[in-house]
Amino acid sequence: MWKFVLKRLLALIPVLFGVTLLVFLILSFAPGDPARTILGAEATEEQINHLREEMGLNDNVFVQYARYIIKGVSGDLGTSYKTRLPVVTEIVSRFPYTLRLVVVGMIIAIIIALPLGVIAGVKQNSLFDRLSMVLSLLGISLPTFWVGLLCILLFSVTLGWLPSGGNDSLKDMILPTLTISLCSLAGIARTTRSSMLEVIRADYIRTARGKGISQAKVVIRHALQNAMIPTLTVAGLQICNMIAGTVLVENIFSWPGIGRLLVTSIQERDIPLVLGCIIVFTICFTIINLVVDILYGVIDPRIKAQYKK
Amino acid sequence: MREKEMLQTDNILEIRDLFVEYRTFDGTVKAVNGLDLSLKAGMTLGLVGETGAGKTTAGLAVMQLIQQPPGIIRGGSIYFNGENLLKKSDRQMRAVRGSRISMIFQDPMTSLNPVHSVQDQIAEVIGEHEKIKKSEAVIKAQELLEMVGIPAARSKEYPHQFSGGMKQRVVIAMALAANPNLLIADEPTTALDVTIQAQVLEMIKELRRKYSTAMLIITHDLGVVAEVCDAVSVIYAGHIVEHGTLEDVFDHNLHPYTQGLFDSLPNLQDRKVKLKPIKGLMPDPTDLPKGCVFHPRCKYSMPICETEKPARAHRTDGHYVECHLYDGGDVKKSKVRTT
Repeated sequence: MWKFVLKRLLALIPVLFGVTLLVFLILSFAPGDPARTILGAEATEEQINHLREEMGLNDNVFVQYARYIIKGVSGDLGTSYKTRLPVVTEIVSRFPYTLRLVVVGMIIAIIIALPLGVIAGVKQNSLFDRLSMVLSLLGISLPTFWVGLLCILLFSVTLGWLPSGGNDSLKDMILPTLTISLCSLAGIARTTRSSMLEVIRADYIRTARGKGISQAKVVIRHALQNAMIPTLTVAGLQICNMIAGTVLVENIFSWPGIGRLLVTSIQERDIPLVLGCIIVFTICFTIINLVVDILYGVIDPRIKAQYKK
Repeated sequence: MREKEMLQTDNILEIRDLFVEYRTFDGTVKAVNGLDLSLKAGMTLGLVGETGAGKTTAGLAVMQLIQQPPGIIRGGSIYFNGENLLKKSDRQMRAVRGSRISMIFQDPMTSLNPVHSVQDQIAEVIGEHEKIKKSEAVIKAQELLEMVGIPAARSKEYPHQFSGGMKQRVVIAMALAANPNLLIADEPTTALDVTIQAQVLEMIKELRRKYSTAMLIITHDLGVVAEVCDAVSVIYAGHIVEHGTLEDVFDHNLHPYTQGLFDSLPNLQDRKVKLKPIKGLMPDPTDLPKGCVFHPRCKYSMPICETEKPARAHRTDGHYVECHLYDGGDVKKSKVRTT
């Protein structure tokens, strides 16, 4: 098992190289000059050139990348062009906000989606089933940024119940977490329902009923655990989606997390900060996928047996 | 009055005039049509018929495990030790299922939950019906596994680690876990290869000797019937067409369908004799023929067969047949051979 985890973590290294190289190249070929952005519109050509030389921007792209990597390996991801603070410091101060948003969003999504999907699956074609599936179809179809804006319009502007931004109180968290969880919630509910539909007709469910145990035990102990595999896959993907969604949601609700940091740093051509954010996202995605794979083994002994090989 | 008489017989299972339908978009599938069945305590009854004859549905009806919808028990009664199971509430029925009546399902490959260890799956039945601790239930489960020939060391393993025959042993151990009075075995050997079939049959016979559990064996395999059954009911289109002791049905069978079943068996002594399968197929259960349901395939079919359902004719007390050839009750004078 540990060998499996170690192998997967080692696989993260080439992934990080690839991702950073790609982003580095894209940003260096993108129009706009970081030096000009830093110095502002009034700077002379000479000043800009001087700064470019100082920052090493006149060197070959690959030389720049190599320099970045060599420093990066020792934990130094450079300093932000804009704030002059180390990238690591910036990220460490912002990351908890994103983490909070995603974790709470995911908890909301799972707590609502699992029972929804299970009940809809067990009571197929009931009113509850149809209603929840129509709603979840809406949840999947509506774009996050639009839902966010509508929420602000309704709850903040019209009704005045909830703040449209900020991060001080629990109340501030309600709209961002609900918005970010909506799409994942719908996706998880639909997957849970369809895998439940499949499992509930399986022979071993009939065997379980034949034991004389209650319907609740049949569903929870026998059906749900088997239906969890596809649900888990989707939940993993949805967390990744959610992290990607922070880019939108954090901007809409002025939430000071990595997603918002990424957008502003792209706007300001703050290359070290962009790279830092991307690295954090990449590590998050990899770890989530690893956790999902480990959980497969916990749920299904057949998969666990494969890990041991 | 008659009802009371029935309840006082020593039949552990008594099914009377049972109707089960599956209501689907394509029409109503009449799976079981006026089924009568009786099984004495400690005896083994074989329910024999072709695929699609309603055998499994009958078994599931006793357990009340028919998927609802589309399935529905439309009429009749199922007496178990004199109590009508169809009158029982869901909760009361749960106390019967798995403890007093249990069922071995057709396919051992898919009958076990892949994510629970075999000992846990067996212990679950014990824990549900007996007031004992989980650890004690597990120990009992291990004993049961040993009894069916699976070493206790393997009891923590999962179904995918066992072969088909071993899985069937687990399924049997599970069915016996709460010492049922009645065991329904639905094609217990069909999914297994021949050597394992023999082992499982031997095991069933031994269990019967040991615990004298009454058994309803659902099968299409006359060989299995000959091995383990005391009595036989032949089912066609959800209705019993002939019933008698093993000897009655094997040596003095009367119904053209029963005879057809025996003629379809390969003759190992004389390989030159061609098989004589029953012509045609089971009738479409959404559109059963009028009169005797077997008449379109029957080589003795008469005009009356197409319009009227045959009444029951008795050869002996325990042996009856439903066929117009024997109307009037005097089976001996009939036109069909009584081998």
